Amino acid sequence: MTNTPMIRMASVDKHFGELHVLRDINLEVASGQVVVVLGPSGSGKSTLCRTINRLEPIDSGTIEVDGKELPAEGKALAALRADVGMVFQSFNLFAHKTILENVTLGPLKVRKASKSDAEKNGLALLERVGIANQRDKYPAQLSGGQQQRAAIARALAMKPKVMLFDEPTSALDPEMVQEVLDVMTTLAADGMTMLVVTHEMGFARRAAHRVVFMSDGEIVEDAAPDAFFSSPTSDRAKDFLGKILTH
Amino acid sequence: MGVIVEQFPLYAQGFLQTLRICLFSAVGALVLGTILAGFRVSPVPPLRMVGSAWVTVFRNTPLAVVLFAVAFGLPELGVNGSYFYFGVIGLTFYTAAFVCEAVRSGINSVSAGQAEAARAIGLTFSQSLSLIVLPQALRTVVPPLGSVIIAMIKNSAIVGAFGVGGDLFANGVQLTSAQGYAAGAVLIGVLLGYLVLTIPGGILLGVLERKVSVAR
Ligand SMILES: Nc1ncnc2c1ncn2[C@@H]1O[C@H](COP(=O)(O)OP(=O)(O)O)[C@@H](O)[C@H]1O
Ligand SMILES: [Mg+2]
Repeated sequence: MTNTPMIRMASVDKHFGELHVLRDINLEVASGQVVVVLGPSGSGKSTLCRTINRLEPIDSGTIEVDGKELPAEGKALAALRADVGMVFQSFNLFAHKTILENVTLGPLKVRKASKSDAEKNGLALLERVGIANQRDKYPAQLSGGQQQRAAIARALAMKPKVMLFDEPTSALDPEMVQEVLDVMTTLAADGMTMLVVTHEMGFARRAAHRVVFMSDGEIVEDAAPDAFFSSPTSDRAKDFLGKILTH
Repeated sequence: MGVIVEQFPLYAQGFLQTLRICLFSAVGALVLGTILAGFRVSPVPPLRMVGSAWVTVFRNTPLAVVLFAVAFGLPELGVNGSYFYFGVIGLTFYTAAFVCEAVRSGINSVSAGQAEAARAIGLTFSQSLSLIVLPQALRTVVPPLGSVIIAMIKNSAIVGAFGVGGDLFANGVQLTSAQGYAAGAVLIGVLLGYLVLTIPGGILLGVLERKVSVAR
């Protein structure tokens, strides 16, 4: 592990008009670390996630990925995004491309890989997430769980330095949640740096090194999973845990 | 009705001239209009301004005025050419504004998540537009684009009347005014000429529409 954090956010602020969605965010994620972000709906978790690859620009503060500050819109930003994998709640697979095409598009067009290399690597990734047999289907022909696993494979195909997950299982039917969490758990065990917004407490306990709790745009707690779940220090975290654990 | 048979070569020549004006202008307007639509959704504010200024100016100006401005404005700027050339440029500029709006509404019909996912894997703005968004926009863009092109075919008569000449409409006018044929019969021939362009055009569009709606 190097000293440079994979993600560094310092004094980050962001508004949506009047709404102050991110308040003085300071967060470092070391290489190889898995950080789970928890918090009530509307607390700014998605926005936090999306600022890291600049899908949302920030008002002030700094964000660095692997020691490099986020560039402004343009080629340099595209290059940085290629190194940051992102998995969305709604999968967002390219609807007009087959599963294999989804996984090979980035390597072909961004990494300028050869077709045979891209397909070989793409198939290996589809194999790894257990959907190699779906390679020639279109996204709409797959179940939600399969689509999300394909989306993870698409992100991994870029050989990213870090992976961001924004509620990857929230749009799934309950019986499909586990297959996606299993893929993520394996990824975490393999040493991938991950920032995961999720309500899956089991995953947070099992795979996370740290839990970050957000409320009203602020990071309220930042602790090891055990410590956070057994003895949250803030009232807001206690209140939040009380609500979700009673369900 | 004899005029149509007697003057068939003139009709045919007019038909070909109209076809030429339309082909050049259609290709020009589709390319330019798509680029302008890209401008309108681009993250670069000056490009967005160019796109919306273009649409505002050309959509709200009568074609005849656009043609006038092109034919008299371009030579002022040192660009010289035939009336045919100016006519095609004017019709292209004008039609591009409508193509731009049709393509832009198609782009907006594609869910924002598609473009976000494209950018998230490191595609540049133009790659995400050309590889991900536009192919999916095609489905919703074909029908309105068809109307734009059919309107353009009809507008080519104004180009002909504007001094380009030799097209279906101008030749029709010549037959009635200079050669004294009865206007009604001449116009039926002219009308048939346009229908030969627009009706198969419409059928072709229908086929295309079905094709892109099957392809995902
Ligand atoms: N594009 C946007 N424009 C305006 N407000 C937004 C936008 N995206 C999110 N918000 C608002 O910002 C707040 C934080 O949203 P979000 O980051 O999605 O929270 P979370 O993911 O924790 O539910 C919410 O109040 C939400 O309504
Ligand atoms: Mg969210």
